[in-house]
Amino acid sequence: MSGTVAGVEARMPIRSDLDLVWVRQHVRRAAAALGFGLVDQTKLVTAASELARNTLVYGGGGEMAAEHVRDGRAQGLRLTFSDRGPGIADPERALSDGYTSGGGLGLGLGGARRLVHDFSLDSTPGVGTTVTVTSWAVRSPRQREEPR
Amino acid sequence: MPEHETAAEQTTPASDVGRFLHRRREQIAQRWADEPLFRTVFTVSRDEAVEAGRVLVDALAQVAETGRVADTDAAGFTAVREQLTGMVASRARFGLTSGQVSTEVDGLRPPAVTLLAADLPEATPEHLRECTTLLTVLMGTLRLVVLETSLSEGQALIDRQQLELMEATTPVIRLWDGIVAVPLIGTLDSARSQVVMETLLESVVDQQARFAILDITGVPMVDSLVAQHLMKTVAAVRLMGAECVVSGIRPAIAQTIVHLGLDLGTVVTRSSLADALAYALKRLGADIVIAAPGGAGPR
Repeated sequence: MSGTVAGVEARMPIRSDLDLVWVRQHVRRAAAALGFGLVDQTKLVTAASELARNTLVYGGGGEMAAEHVRDGRAQGLRLTFSDRGPGIADPERALSDGYTSGGGLGLGLGGARRLVHDFSLDSTPGVGTTVTVTSWAVRSPRQREEPR
Repeated sequence: MPEHETAAEQTTPASDVGRFLHRRREQIAQRWADEPLFRTVFTVSRDEAVEAGRVLVDALAQVAETGRVADTDAAGFTAVREQLTGMVASRARFGLTSGQVSTEVDGLRPPAVTLLAADLPEATPEHLRECTTLLTVLMGTLRLVVLETSLSEGQALIDRQQLELMEATTPVIRLWDGIVAVPLIGTLDSARSQVVMETLLESVVDQQARFAILDITGVPMVDSLVAQHLMKTVAAVRLMGAECVVSGIRPAIAQTIVHLGLDLGTVVTRSSLADALAYALKRLGADIVIAAPGGAGPR
């Protein structure tokens, strides 16, 4: 398959609670367009919601970039959340469940990591944080017609 | 007074246009009454359209006289803003976009410009051109004022709908004596969850409810913040002496909650609203019994 699926690639600002709504809607539509099943759509949307909220609340706002990625015949969606906030001093601790520097449940980062296939966190204190997640649409390979 | 004399004879384009608008007020209003913008808004009688036209001409004359023809905040415009808002809203109800309304406003310009040329026969071509340009700028500013009005109308509508949506999507339903339910629809943000909690707690008191069911069938996604809101609501209901059941947890949501690591162990959950109702009824000592065939009861 060549060419990109329409309505997948986007750069979206994350500056207010309302922007979180657009981010969730975009991720759901993009995931559906790439053939994600309902469960995988919901997982990715939930992860995006957690990460976008972190960008807004802890990073002081930033943006999300959505990209269509391919690996052979597999279709994937990569989401990059970046901010120029204070950064995360101890990423391991931030990823552990129950740790929060705000008033949340402390499940956002760790939970998001469990909801996606690939997760990477790049943070420099004082410079900002970039979280990149990728999920793949799980499709059963097309059956080859058996010669009679 | 010599000063008075000078003022009367002064012929700047702005004062000329202002005087022209005053002098030809009636003709302009009559012409405008036949233009689509006025004709379609004031459908009951033509007199209304003419009257509205007069008010608008007066406002434009006032703006021209103050010389602030390019200023949308000029005092003259403020006076007609309400009338313009009404006209814009009326056109919007017909399905016209802001751009289309703006084009209709532009339709008022040619009749006015034609009348201006007829009104200044002895003016030099130079002076007439200046007056026409000024009137055109003035009508352009009117167009901008109308556009602003229609945009702020749109924003006001969105704000109102947002409020209505928040109220409308959180009805508390009495399912049985002592059992109330809230079907949640859409994303549960902080403001929504606050409304839900308040209305639910009030109805727990009003209905003397012992069970409150939160149905999340219509909630597309449960992330840690939504879960936190749910758990706070459950805890508050519990403090009121009632028990809270969360129902409508779809398979995709259930899997997501598990991966996210949320612990809803302290919350009673059921997959459907029917199951939640059956659970609550049973706890109240009532039971749903399927009637035996033919056993419709004695007569």
